[in-house]
Amino acid sequence: MEMAKAIIMAGCAIGAGLALIAGIGPGIGEGNAVAKALEAIGRQPECKGDVTSTMLLGCAIAETTGIYGFVTGLLLIFVAPGIFIGRL
Amino acid sequence: MNVDINGARIFFTIPILGGIPITATIVNALLVTVVVLGVCAFLTRGLQVRAVTKRQVVAEFLVETAQNFVNGNMGEKFAHYAPFVSALFVSSLLGSLLSLVTLFPPTGDVSTTLAWAIMVFVLITRTKIKTGGFGGYLKGFTQPIPVLTPFNILSELATPISMAFRHFGNIVSGTVITSLLYWSLSVGSTALIGLVGKNILVAAVVLALGVFLLIKYLQAKKAGSGKLIQCIGAIACLVLGGLGCLAQLDACFTTIPVLQVGIPAVFSVYFDLFSSAMQAFIFCMLTTLYIANAAEE
Repeated sequence: MEMAKAIIMAGCAIGAGLALIAGIGPGIGEGNAVAKALEAIGRQPECKGDVTSTMLLGCAIAETTGIYGFVTGLLLIFVAPGIFIGRL
Repeated sequence: MNVDINGARIFFTIPILGGIPITATIVNALLVTVVVLGVCAFLTRGLQVRAVTKRQVVAEFLVETAQNFVNGNMGEKFAHYAPFVSALFVSSLLGSLLSLVTLFPPTGDVSTTLAWAIMVFVLITRTKIKTGGFGGYLKGFTQPIPVLTPFNILSELATPISMAFRHFGNIVSGTVITSLLYWSLSVGSTALIGLVGKNILVAAVVLALGVFLLIKYLQAKKAGSGKLIQCIGAIACLVLGGLGCLAQLDACFTTIPVLQVGIPAVFSVYFDLFSSAMQAFIFCMLTTLYIANAAEE
């Protein structure tokens, strides 16, 4: 029984760690978005306001997949062990 | 030392329909509603066409901003959505900012954001049916080819879920990172004072260094070239050395959280202020864009 609990906790912790690999994608994507926005501002400084607000919106949407990973990690750490141990 | 990360606390349960829990989310959301209603009632008292008061200028500015936002994103024919969108914005912003006054933010609970997202989803569907009729709405799922129908249904259902989880996840990630930060700072400050206070000699040297730095700073200030960083360094050394000396007397002085002064505020600017405003803005932006998009098909 103790062994089963330990395996469940370990599995949930490892899964949460793996889920947070999802943070890589938004990092790269947002970096690209900001780089392009900086290029655009450099080319047309008068569009700074529009470019910045559109970029922030795009960044927030690109962040979504990372947030999914984070929510999955939270569920695995705080919710999943209780459910699985209760089922034993 | 443990890190405690909890969801909304349940205050009490109403014993009907199998028990409805009244959580911190509901109470704080109602608090936000009361505050918003109060501000609205205060701002719109005694409106006049001529002899405009300062209060009325603020009210007009807010209303005009909301209308411009909706008109700019959705077009003139959706002008009646302005109250809905601004209500969403204000509830979301104030709901997230409640974490600044150490209350549980209602947007840190997925129920709140999911409720808003479902409201928006209903509006999107209503707009779609209004534009193309019920048949047109159903036919929209089989575009561009009928094979894609399951995917279209999935992407339709993904809209409210992604909106809800984006908002919820951003606020909760701020809460989690802030609690981890507080925890690590308290561990760090205990370790630091323990290190200094291990030996009375070390503590005395640090205290002397603090006094020396303070004298230097005061001299420099008299000459007109005192820098803030010198002052902070001197005070930090004084506090550390003093606590180190006190730790010789009683071990409880090592638990005084010196590192938690000021440092969390820097992170709070991003995680509380910027993130809250950004998510409120994005939620409203997506609402307007989705609804305007639904009318175009």
